[in-house]
Parts: sequence; structure tokens; C-alpha cells
Amino acid sequence: MSAVAPVAPPTDATSRIDHPAARALMRRHRIRWWEPLPWLAAGASYFAFPEYLGFGTELLIVILFALSLDLALGYAGIVTLGHAAFFGGGAYAVGMLAFYGVWTEPITGLVLAAAAAGVIGLLSGLVLLRTSGLTLLMLTICTMALLEQAANMGRTYTGGFDGLPGLPIAPVFGVFEFNPLYSTTQFLYTLGVLFVCFVFVRTLIYSPFGQSLTGIRENLLRMHAIGSPVRRRLVICYTISAAIAGVAGGLWAQTNAFVNLSALDLDRAATVLIVLILGGYGRLYGAFIGAVVYLTLEHFLAQIYPTAWQLGLGILLVLIALFARNGILGLGEALWRRYGAEGSTP
Amino acid sequence: MSQARLETQALSRRFGALTAVEDIDFRLETGARHALIGPNGAGKTTFVNLLTGVLRPTGGRVLLGGRDITARAQAERVKLGIARTFQINRLFRGLSALENVCIAVAERVGAAPSMVYPAGWRTDVIDEAMQILAMLRLADAAGRRVSELAYGRQRLIELAIAIGLKPEVLLLDEPAAGVPSAESHIILDALQRLPEHIAVLIIEHDMDVVFRFATRVTVMVGGAIFAEGTPREIEANPQVRAVYLGQAARRAAHA
Repeated sequence: MSAVAPVAPPTDATSRIDHPAARALMRRHRIRWWEPLPWLAAGASYFAFPEYLGFGTELLIVILFALSLDLALGYAGIVTLGHAAFFGGGAYAVGMLAFYGVWTEPITGLVLAAAAAGVIGLLSGLVLLRTSGLTLLMLTICTMALLEQAANMGRTYTGGFDGLPGLPIAPVFGVFEFNPLYSTTQFLYTLGVLFVCFVFVRTLIYSPFGQSLTGIRENLLRMHAIGSPVRRRLVICYTISAAIAGVAGGLWAQTNAFVNLSALDLDRAATVLIVLILGGYGRLYGAFIGAVVYLTLEHFLAQIYPTAWQLGLGILLVLIALFARNGILGLGEALWRRYGAEGSTP
Repeated sequence: MSQARLETQALSRRFGALTAVEDIDFRLETGARHALIGPNGAGKTTFVNLLTGVLRPTGGRVLLGGRDITARAQAERVKLGIARTFQINRLFRGLSALENVCIAVAERVGAAPSMVYPAGWRTDVIDEAMQILAMLRLADAAGRRVSELAYGRQRLIELAIAIGLKPEVLLLDEPAAGVPSAESHIILDALQRLPEHIAVLIIEHDMDVVFRFATRVTVMVGGAIFAEGTPREIEANPQVRAVYLGQAARRAAHA
């Protein structure tokens, strides 16, 4: 039974799904030819730059963290500057469990990190997501600052300002040890975890749920008007995003074998936001591009200009803000539309 | 006497000392084409917000098919079959026309909470959305971003999203607002192709649209019902002419 049939539409039933727009929508989730490239590049760099695997591991963790933020900020439009709360939550969960010898197995450790961060995300989200805009932004910072202070004051359990050093993390699969001098295990392990999380996030954003998140970002009031349980969707999204940020934090603690207050500070939350904006938010691969560009620049500028390296990054950010609102990926897409594919723009 | 599709009994809403809507008894019949007119500030939009559950009344009841829905939230009323459009476009501007309608259809058929399969697999949702766009003669615009469409066609997307909810009752808040008069026939044309069984309540300032579309007209003034009747009766009512149509005529004369 169809409510909208009485007057014959110009197109017949068989050709509707054949409409280019319908076909594009049906195929959007399919893997494009270039999508394996980042993974091939990561695999190749394992062999090409063996001396940079420590840096590579750090990079992969930032990508995962930025990916988690993209889910909340880029897709659902939740404006947050406190995402380090979940990174730190995961890091401290792994760190405290390992330090006191409760749990040292890495993979299940990450599951626990995700659970801890997810619970923080759920509880804070239930309160925070009643607000929006600047209020929301301030409350996310407050949540993070509260956790940071708690970690600072709970010295007995968290090590306070000094953190927890020398975490005894068990070998991956009981075989591959984390060697602090050669980061091969750390790199491959982090790459594997990032891949699993990425597949999960990618599935999520192309799902009907992901589509409804995009709807919330594009027009919150309209989503209410079409009967969507907006708050519930936002809380679910925020919780998932927090859990993934927790995995990133857990990885950070495991691969560095320590955890300290820097996991929870504003600097980390701001950096990941900059990374995502630099790469392009709401684009899935913005996290990759942004992290590569930011960390590479930071790394090499710091070598060349040890005192003023932040100036270079600052200039880049100003340029991005002025000329490429949608980040490097957005700029790339615009150029592609103009010069690559002919005639789609007026 | 048959049951009204949507009915209000002594519906009131006060904002502090201001009574925006006062004691409104109103009936919208199944399949109605009913217009609500009145000068600016008469309380028309407040009335619609009370019907959709955006606002809670300070008095009175709202009945849908005889069932009291006064306490129901907006989302629940949508599920029960009340859909609306907005005076100022509320579209998913960055998305394609097809996606705009798909989001509404997916929400209605209960696909929207699913996380594990791609939205593209719900060909039923996409097919229905395409069907709605085709009915509104928007099939050629399906793949375009709505922000790139002409304003008149954006107004139709506004309508298409509401139709995607398969409503029993459709509340249209000035569907032709902002549309150049040369294009307003597009809107009228689309309204005339709405499924017949839907009860439609239209708020509109364009008297041409009102008198060509509606079979019944209610005039609201100062938060209360001032007159109700067929378009012909309303047009002939000297008091209505004085309060409302006269103003419109004067405005038209000045324009």
C-alpha cells in the first residue's frame, strides 16, 4: 500500500532505482579504488622507514583518536573540546590495571579501555547532550578538567602528577613483546587495531544510523520534526566515539609503557581537534591526512627550528582557515570537482 | 456525526500575560483541504506548534482520531501520523534532494537505528523516496544538493520530507512563503497532487493559493477563531474582509 501513487509519476517503477542519484546512493558505501592506499602506504613504511616506527606508532594513534572525534564532531555535529577525557580514560584504565598487575594482556586491555571510556562518554553524554553550542563546548572541557584533577589528586592510584611509569604489558598473542628500542611490534599492533576500528567506523557512518547522524548535524530541528529520537542517537554516537578514543588512549599507554596527566589535558584535546580540522572533518579520511600532515610538520619543523616550530604550524592553520574551510581533503575535493571530473559544477 | 481526523477542544496557550491561542475548538476532517488564515501575530504558528507537540498547551486538549494526544511528545505524534512543513526551510542543506527524503522515509520505516548494514542496501527506502520526488516532479533534481536548488524547488523538498512520513494529517506552514509569485503555481500544483485521504491544514498568506486549494477556511484573529466557512462564505464575509482581506488587498495595492 502506497500513499503516493494516485497520479502517475513521470517515471515508471523499474526506472526509479535506475536513476543516477538512486544508484549513487546505493553504491556510496562501496570501497573505492584508492581506499587501500593508506594501508598499503602504512605497510610500505614499515619496511621503508624502520627507524621511524616509533613515530609511526604515535601517528597511527593520533589517526585513531582523530577518527573517534570525527564520528562525534564531523558526523553528528557534537561540538567538543574535551575528547581527551576519553583518551585519558582509556589510557588510565589500561595503565592502572597493568601497573597494579590486575590485567596486562594488551588486546583485552583495549576492550577494557573502550568500556571505561564508553561509560564516561555515556554518563557525561546523558548530561552534556542536553545542551548545544558554546555551553556544550564548555561542559566538555569541564568534564575533561574534572577527570584530570581527579587523576592528579588520586595520587595513591594514579601516581598523580608523575603518572604510572614502566607498565608491564604482556606480549601480543603471548608471543610478540613490546620492545622499547625497536617499535616493530608496537607499530604492527597499533596498525591492526586502527584497521579494525576504522572498518567499524566506516560501516557505522554508511549505515542508516550514520545517515541519521548526518541529518542531525545538518538540521537538528528537522530531525525532531520527523520523529527522530535525536538525544538518544547523539548519546549512542557520543558513547561509541568515546569508546574508540579510549582504545586510542589504551594503545598510547601500552605502546609507551606509561601513563600520565598529559593523556587528559586540554593540549591533547586541542591538538586532535586541529588535526581533524586540518585534514577535513566529516570525511572519514580527514583524520589520516590531518594526522600525517600535522605530525610530520611538527617532527621536521622541530628539528629545523627547535625554538619556533609552532609558527610554521600556525601559519598553515591560518591558511587552512582562510582558504580551505573543509580542510586539506575538502580542498582536494574542490580541485577534483573543478579540474578532475568535467562539468559537474555550474 | 463522524469523528474528526484531528480535533482541538478549548485549546489555549499563554506566554506569561500574553494569550497567543485562546479556547480554540477546531476540527480537521479526513481528507480535508482546510486553510488557516489570519493577520500576522494571530497565533497561527503557535496553533500548529500545539498540534505537533512542539509546545504544550496551557489548557484544552488535542485529539487525533478521537484519541487524546495532548500529553504526547512531538516524536510520538509523528509516529501517530502528524507531519508538518516549516515556514522557513528546514532542510538537510548539504545533502542531496534524494537523501533529504530518504532520511525521513528511513525514520518512518524504522531503518534509522540500524548500524550494521549500509544505507544503500535499503532499496525500499530509496525507491520510496524517488517515488515521492517523482510525484513532485523533482526526479531530475534527486542527485543535486538542496542548497543549490531554486527556492521554489527547495520548498517542494520541504513538502517531500513531510510526505516521506506518510502522514494522516499534514500541517503546511506557509508552503509558498518566499516563493516568487511566478513560481507559486509549482507549489499549488504539488499540493493538488497530495494523496486524497490525507487531512491537510494549510497556513498561507497567498490568497490565490488559499482559494484555489482549500475547500474550507478558518480565520484566526488575536489568538481566537474569528470565522469559519467555505472559501466563498469567507470571501463574502464583510468582517473578514475588514480585518484581513482588506489588509491583504491594501498590501497588494501598495506592492
